[in-house]
Amino acid sequence: MWRYIAQRFLVSIPVVIMVGIITFTLVYVGPGDPAAIIAGDEATPEILEAIREDLGFNRSFPVQMGDWFWKLAHGDLGTSYFSKREITELITPRLQPTLSLGFQVVVISTIIGITTGMLAAWKAGTRLDRNLMVLAVLGFATPGFWLAFLTIWVFAVNLGWFPVIGYSPIQDGLFKHLHSLFLPVMVNSILASAFISRITRSAMLEVLREDYIRTARAKGASEFSVFLRHAFRPSAIPVATVIGASIAGLATGFVLTETIFAIPGLGRMLVDAIVRRDYPIIQALLMVVAIVLIGVNLIIDILYAYIDPRIRY
Amino acid sequence: MSLAAEQRSEWELAPPLSTRLRGMFGSTYKAAKRDSVLAASIIVLLVGLFLAIFGPTLARTDYERTDPINRMQAPSSDHWFGTDNWGRDVFDRTIVGTRLSFLVGFSVTIISTVIGVGVALVISYFKLLDSIMMRFVDGLLAFPTILLALALISLIGPSVGNVIIALSVTATASKIRLVRGAVLSLRDSTYVDAARAVGVPVPRILLRHVLPNIVSIIIVQATFTLASAILAEASLSFLGAGVPEYVPSWGNIIATGQGYIQVGFHISFFPGLFLMITVLAVVLIGDSVRDHLDPKLRGRLKTTAQQ
Repeated sequence: MWRYIAQRFLVSIPVVIMVGIITFTLVYVGPGDPAAIIAGDEATPEILEAIREDLGFNRSFPVQMGDWFWKLAHGDLGTSYFSKREITELITPRLQPTLSLGFQVVVISTIIGITTGMLAAWKAGTRLDRNLMVLAVLGFATPGFWLAFLTIWVFAVNLGWFPVIGYSPIQDGLFKHLHSLFLPVMVNSILASAFISRITRSAMLEVLREDYIRTARAKGASEFSVFLRHAFRPSAIPVATVIGASIAGLATGFVLTETIFAIPGLGRMLVDAIVRRDYPIIQALLMVVAIVLIGVNLIIDILYAYIDPRIRY
Repeated sequence: MSLAAEQRSEWELAPPLSTRLRGMFGSTYKAAKRDSVLAASIIVLLVGLFLAIFGPTLARTDYERTDPINRMQAPSSDHWFGTDNWGRDVFDRTIVGTRLSFLVGFSVTIISTVIGVGVALVISYFKLLDSIMMRFVDGLLAFPTILLALALISLIGPSVGNVIIALSVTATASKIRLVRGAVLSLRDSTYVDAARAVGVPVPRILLRHVLPNIVSIIIVQATFTLASAILAEASLSFLGAGVPEYVPSWGNIIATGQGYIQVGFHISFFPGLFLMITVLAVVLIGDSVRDHLDPKLRGRLKTTAQQ
C-alpha cells in the first residue's frame, strides 16, 4: 500500500512541474511590462530600470523561472502589483469562505448524487428512474450562474428568507455562517450531484449484470444487501472518479457563485485580480488551484486502491 | 490472388469514412423518427442555427439603439422580453446573442476536434513525442477550464477570437488525451497488425483503419465539447472577461440583469432560458448519438430493460 501511495505521489510531481512551467510562461510571455505596472504612469526610465534591477526582471527567462520555483517551494507566492502585499498574506483570509463552501458542497452533492443514482438503478426503467435522469440531464445543462440568479430572485428578493448578498464568517456564529452560505451551497450541490447521480446509476447497472450478483440473488440475499454490499463497492471506482472531476468543476463554479453572492473567497479574488491585471495574483491562484486539484486526484488514486485491493501498479 | 489484390480486398473490408458518415446521418434520421426527444433536440438546434445566421436581420429594432425613456420595461407586446437598463430590447439582443454562442461553440468544437485528433494520431506512433506531449497535456488539464481561459484572456485581451482561442486550448488537450487512448487501444488489434503485415504504410493505417473506428467516440465527445464551450463562453461573458461589452452575448445580457435583480428579472431570465435549452438539446443529441453508435451500449440498455 505504502509503495503504491509513494508511486502515485511520484507520478504527480512532473505534473506539478509542468503546471508551474505553463503558469510562469503564460505570464512571462504575456503583454505588459511588470516594472511599468508597479511604477505607475509617471515613472522615469531610470526608475523603471531600478525596479527591474531590484526585482530581477532583467534576468534571463530560465533564471527567473528557477527563482520563481525556488520561492514557490518555500511558500512564497510573490507580491501583488496592486496592493504591494505578500500574496500568501492576501490569500489567508480568503481561504475560509471557499473551503467552507467547498466542504459543504462536496458532502451534500455526494450524498444526493449517490442516493438518487442508486435509487434510479434500483428502479431502472421505471418512471422514477426516467424522471431522476431527466433532472440529472437538466442539472448538466443549467448554467450555474443563472440558477444562482433565479434562486436569489425567488428566495432572497421575493421570499426574503436569505440575505440577497453577503457573507458571515464562522466567528459570527455557525448558524449565521451556514445561513449566509445556504443558497450558494444549494446551487452548486444540485449541479454537482447531477453528474454523480448519472455515473452512479450507470456504474451500478453495469455491476448488476455480473454473474456474482445473480449468485447473490440466487442464494437468497435481500435486495438491500445485494445493492449495498455486493454492487456498491465495485461501482464506487467510477463514482470516486466523477467526484474528483466535480471538485475540479467546483473551482469553476466558485469563481461564478462567489462573484454573484459577493462571497469574499478565492474565486472572487481571482476575478478582482483579472480586472486589475494583477498578474502575480493570477499566477499564484492558478498554481494553488492546480496543486489542490492534483492533490485531490492523488487522494482519489489512493482511494481506488482502498476500494479495490487488486489495484496496484 | 496477388498481394496487391489481397491488400485491396483487405481495405475494402473497412468501408471509406464517407460511407460510414452517410450511414450515420441516415440512421440518425431514422432514430429521430422513432425518438421524439432526439427529434425535438435536433429541431431546437436547427432553430438556434437559423437564429444564429439570420438573428440580426430578424431583430425588430436596432439592438444597439438606446431608448432611455423606455428603460427597464417589463415584457409587453412591444418588447416581448422587456427592455434593459438602456432601454434596449432584450428579445432582439437575445436573438442576436445566439450568433455569438453558436460561433464560439462550433469554432471551439471544430478547432479542438481537428487539432486534437490530428495530434493524437501522430503522437500515438512516436514514443518520444508522445511522452513529451502527454506531460504538457496533463499540465494543461490540471487547470479548471474557466480558470485557465480567464487567465489567458486577461493576458491576450477580451475579443471574440481570443475567447475561441482560450477555450480551444483546454478542449484540444482533452481531445488529445481521449483520442490517443482510443488509438493506443486499437493499435494492437488484429486488423491493424494484419494491415501492417501486408505493408500498408503507417499514415494509411491511421486514416483508413484506425480513424473510422474512433469516429463514434469523436462525435460523442464533440457534442460534449459544444455544450461545454457554449456554457463556458456565457460564463466568461457573464464575468465580464469574455467578449467585449458591446457585443450582445447571452452571458453579458444575464450579467446586466443581475445588477438590477429587484426590478429587472426579465433581463436575465430569457437569455438564460435560451442558453439552458440550447445546451440541453446538444447534450440530449450527444446521449442519443452515443446510444445509437455504440452497439455494446445498446445491448446493455436491452439487458437493463429485461431486469
